[in-house]
Amino acid sequence: MSNKITLMQGNEACVQGALYAGYRFYAGYPITPSTEIAELSATELPKVGGKFIQMEDEIGGIAAAIGASIAGTKSMTATSGPGFSLKQENIGYAAMAQIPLVIVNVMRGGPSTGLPTQSAQADIMQAKYGSHGDYPMIALSPMSVRETFDLTVRCFNLAEKYRTPVMLMTDEVIGHLRERVVVPEPGELEIINRTTSEAGVLRPRPYEKQPGEIVPAMSVFGDGNRAHTTGLFYNETGFPSNSTDNAKIMLERIFNKVYDNVDDIVQVEEFELDDAEIAFVTFGSTSRVVKAAVKALRAEGIKAGMLRAITIWPSPEKQIRELAQKVDHIIVAEQNMGQYVREVQRIVEGQARVQHYGRGNGDLIKPQELVALVKEVEHGTK
Amino acid sequence: MEPSKLIQEYFRDANLPHIWCPGCSHGIVTRAITKAIDELGMDKDNTVIVSGIGCSSRAPGYMAFNTVHTTHGRAIAFATGIKMSKPELDVIVITGDGDASAIGGNHLIHAARRNIDLTVIVFNNNIYGMTGGQYSPTTPTDAFGTTAPYGNIDQPFDILKLAEGAGATYTARGTAYHTKQLISYISKAIKHKGFSIVDAISVCPTYYGRRNKSGSGVQMMVWLKDNYVDVKVYDKLPEEKRAGKFVYGEFYEQERPEYTAEYQKIIDRLRGEV
Ligand SMILES: Cc1ncc(C[n+]2csc(CCOP(=O)(O)OP(=O)(O)O)c2C)c(N)n1
Ligand code: SF4
Ligand SMILES: [Mg+2]
Repeated sequence: MSNKITLMQGNEACVQGALYAGYRFYAGYPITPSTEIAELSATELPKVGGKFIQMEDEIGGIAAAIGASIAGTKSMTATSGPGFSLKQENIGYAAMAQIPLVIVNVMRGGPSTGLPTQSAQADIMQAKYGSHGDYPMIALSPMSVRETFDLTVRCFNLAEKYRTPVMLMTDEVIGHLRERVVVPEPGELEIINRTTSEAGVLRPRPYEKQPGEIVPAMSVFGDGNRAHTTGLFYNETGFPSNSTDNAKIMLERIFNKVYDNVDDIVQVEEFELDDAEIAFVTFGSTSRVVKAAVKALRAEGIKAGMLRAITIWPSPEKQIRELAQKVDHIIVAEQNMGQYVREVQRIVEGQARVQHYGRGNGDLIKPQELVALVKEVEHGTK
Repeated sequence: MEPSKLIQEYFRDANLPHIWCPGCSHGIVTRAITKAIDELGMDKDNTVIVSGIGCSSRAPGYMAFNTVHTTHGRAIAFATGIKMSKPELDVIVITGDGDASAIGGNHLIHAARRNIDLTVIVFNNNIYGMTGGQYSPTTPTDAFGTTAPYGNIDQPFDILKLAEGAGATYTARGTAYHTKQLISYISKAIKHKGFSIVDAISVCPTYYGRRNKSGSGVQMMVWLKDNYVDVKVYDKLPEEKRAGKFVYGEFYEQERPEYTAEYQKIIDRLRGEV
């Protein structure tokens, strides 16, 4: 059997990946450059018996998507820029209540209405810290159209496996890029479905983990579990608890289900790192530019390499720490005024020099700039 | 004392006693909902209760159904996703006057416009109870709240007129005093296919009552009894007797295409099942 080969746009690959993963519900509000995800979902979902709804705003969009997931349906919402800000409160709700959900952010320039049609990677910290309170976040960032497909599938898998919201952090460049894509056959990529509790059984402690479970099995509405879901701190019964001892336990569970499994969650790409003396750390669309720069530098005999975070949150701490042992100089290339660089600096703890390169005005970084920068570093002028 | 049949059947007695203040009438409205559910003989497994945030929105935690306590103002939007995803479920929204008509006003009008089959019960105590008595969009002009220390200069919403204007297809108002009528309106609202809303007038003696010198919970209930009249009676009253009266009753009922059914038609058409 040969795979279908087609020309596809990044945003389209996101929807096709979501369908591949078995998603059946989309709710959102249109915004450039993510709108094609809504439009294609509106066209495709009813064909497979799924549902699409254009809500009155992004808050309603994510709320409806969480509602559908609570009811047992794999669901997704997509947005950009200001819409991402509006979704934040309910992102925290999904994290707290442990509801699987995929949130797509096709990043554009900001703040505020900013640069609606220009690309940026400036919502990186917001992805991790945007909602109030303490919670972990899983966020993946694709560098190509095919990878958008694959990572969307992976977002659904991680969301279901860990009962948590997961973000696909893509951007205008990848969202609107058209590339030749070899579409995976059914069965080619792994699909994870949520573990649900036994039908017809009232569970007095639905948030109690059973042996072998990473997270407690989810109740399905209509199946007779009659469980309660809340954004207040709850105990194993699912009902609110004011106890600070209980809050400590639940918070640790929410964190640990992610941080105890970083090896499963974190993916990176290492490019020309074996003998590298200077390395880039990057992610998403900027990786394409970095890769070109690394190739050009190598052609001139300069030992440059790239560590690409495919999983940006939780950050690849182990890999970045190892990198800092290997190279003297790390350049964090990102389309913003300096965000992920702070995470890299935190991890590196002075073991290597860490510098930021990037800007937030929508003007894409060019390989020549990075080549010139590395040469300046080599000559000790930077 | 043995708990009542209604409590045994429809309440999570392990979670009782509830958090509401003595004299608060949110419990009466909650009971009215379960009574209507009981009379309709609904399947508990198939019933979903969704709430926002507020004293009123704590009710689902005590009710033995599939229940979701969401974020402030968003209950109707969450419920929209639940209903869309599983239209076979009966979805009831419990919300407060602030939750429904201030922070959640946008979701209220758009769900009404779509005529999606949700039943919204507004526990309307004309105040933000949970946060300690600030004025809400239904606080009467000249009444006092902690944020209206010199008297409220806002004009209040009539939530039912708002919903009707937006496209709701069943609207009714009951009060915590007139429970028999309230139960029958809730029952009709649940049975109604489309967006239905019941404005359930409730009292908050702790904050509204104290600030406005309305007396105890009991005295506030007496006030409801003396000042609310059935709309059918009201319509026949001479002009001079209408002054200062408030109305309860059924205000609007219409058949219109229901949202999830219309969506299903699209699915069926695309899948060639029609
Ligand atoms: C986004 C957000 N803003 C504000 C609050 C604080 N808050 C909690 S309940 C409430 C008002 C509730 O009033 P109402 O809906 O009338 O319910 P009641 O307590 O009177 O039953 C407010 C302002 C919140 N929880 N979330
Ligand atoms: S504050 Fe008011 S609304 Fe809240 S429980 Fe007390 S009486 Fe009821
Ligand atoms: Mg209120």
